[in-house]
Amino acid sequence: MKNKANTKTIWKVIGASSMGTLIEWYDFFIFGSLSIVISTKFFPADNPTAAFLSTLATFAAGFVVRPFGALFFGRLGDLIGRKYTFMVTLLLMGGATFLIGCIPSYQSIGFFAPLLVLILRLLQGLALGGEYGGAATYVAEHAPEGQRGYWTSWIQTTATFGLFISLVVILITKSILTEQQFDAWGWRVPFILSILMVYVSYLIRKNMSESPEFSKAKEEGTTSKNPLKESFGNRYNLKFVLLALFGAAMGQGVVWYTGQFYSMSYMKTVMHLSSDEADMILGTALLIGTPFFIFFGWLSDKVGRKWIMLLGMLLALCTYRPIYKAMYQLTDLAKKELVSSSTQQVDDHKQIKTDLYTDGTHAQETQELNSITKETRIKNTVTVHGSTRIWLTALIFIQIIYITMVYGPIAAFLVEMFPVKIRYTSMSLPYHVGNGIFGGLLPAISTYLTTNAKVANDPEFYLAGLWYPIIIAAVCFTIGSLYIKNKPNHLNNG
Amino acid sequence: MDNLKKILGLVWIALALFTAYFCLFELAIPKIKVGHQEDLVFGIIIMFILTPIISMGLGLFGYYALCGEYAKERT
Repeated sequence: MKNKANTKTIWKVIGASSMGTLIEWYDFFIFGSLSIVISTKFFPADNPTAAFLSTLATFAAGFVVRPFGALFFGRLGDLIGRKYTFMVTLLLMGGATFLIGCIPSYQSIGFFAPLLVLILRLLQGLALGGEYGGAATYVAEHAPEGQRGYWTSWIQTTATFGLFISLVVILITKSILTEQQFDAWGWRVPFILSILMVYVSYLIRKNMSESPEFSKAKEEGTTSKNPLKESFGNRYNLKFVLLALFGAAMGQGVVWYTGQFYSMSYMKTVMHLSSDEADMILGTALLIGTPFFIFFGWLSDKVGRKWIMLLGMLLALCTYRPIYKAMYQLTDLAKKELVSSSTQQVDDHKQIKTDLYTDGTHAQETQELNSITKETRIKNTVTVHGSTRIWLTALIFIQIIYITMVYGPIAAFLVEMFPVKIRYTSMSLPYHVGNGIFGGLLPAISTYLTTNAKVANDPEFYLAGLWYPIIIAAVCFTIGSLYIKNKPNHLNNG
Repeated sequence: MDNLKKILGLVWIALALFTAYFCLFELAIPKIKVGHQEDLVFGIIIMFILTPIISMGLGLFGYYALCGEYAKERT
């Protein structure tokens, strides 16, 4: 009877925590998923200052600020408790996201538009920095001994599922509205919708009690008076923070972002797949792969967390190049057999050429002359069918499996590395440096490397971007193999 | 194994120093000098974000390893 009651309680904890964290990931990713639209509305390319703010909004807010959020809210979480802190992060994220959807365009309020977007994006980053550590800690501290991997893995599904939902919401919105409507105001819907989600999650969370481990520590007077100092000013604890980052989170971050974000970017910019098709392929792979987070989290309770995570890194760094080569070849038009070709002159300034290939692939080249600058803009879009789409989905799915291997167990791993009184602070920083910095900057770095290789006429330019995740994962695998133990550090498990 | 961990501390320190040099002088500074926005962004990322984290963090990790902080009896 007691076990059943405990299980019921844990499911409530999982539900409340996961719902909120899912919404936070959705809020965070919706910005990235709609970045192209946002850039045209708030950051006109012809204004250098606005373009610079766009850069700041993309990089500084999205990634760099997350560790600061981890420190700020981690400290609060270790001082006043997990529950209230990640209630604050939830409301902060939801509010910021909703307001992004309400900001008038650059045409309406000029410079204030990109400035407001930047500020709100910064708040999103801060909130995300505080949310994950709180949710993972909260769930882990409710989980029975020996089951932390399983129970925290539900939290781990929220990042991928949040990305999936953001893609679904966008696709549904686009399907309901015309292209003109979506461009005019429809893109605001996913942002505004967030406030409803957050409100529901808030109602659920506010009824949850504080984590039992933290409550006990507070009653005993053993909570920290200065979490930041004890986390990073204490040599004994700092060495574990560094180990968590360089032995686990760093590699996990690049594997996560390669498999989801870089693969999406790669399909759209290197393979020239249409945006909707790339999203559909990625969404399908995510949906099929998400349950494996639970599996590997559960498995880590049986065999230990270390080697599951490290095996995921090893598989990734060994197979990324062949996987991405195979992906590229699936849309390499030079190796396909042409069936028919047609050209349509839309108007005096626009021409569309369509090629059809034997495997059902459609390639469309749109040439549009700018009447003012007299420059011709060429856009290539590829659409695939049948077995090609299945193979692409399978190749993305393999990468999702790697993600589940490195990400499924890591919440439990990080929680178990640090003591209750500074857990929220200590685990949050390496996680968000690994994911926000090493992982978050990956799409930009990898895309940049690919672009430069292409300009340099490298015949394998499409693989150049992979050197960054491969090197990072290799170093992380080596450090993790040598220095990480496969069992929780009992001295820090209290 | 503990001795290996200590010795490898030198490797991590060396890797940190090499990374700092390579990131700054081979990647960041040349890109920033080019002046294009894309290159400027890349240079800023390397110089002000990745380089400090890797060189200082990995260097400190290597130092701790060299001092035996990750020996079995101390963890």
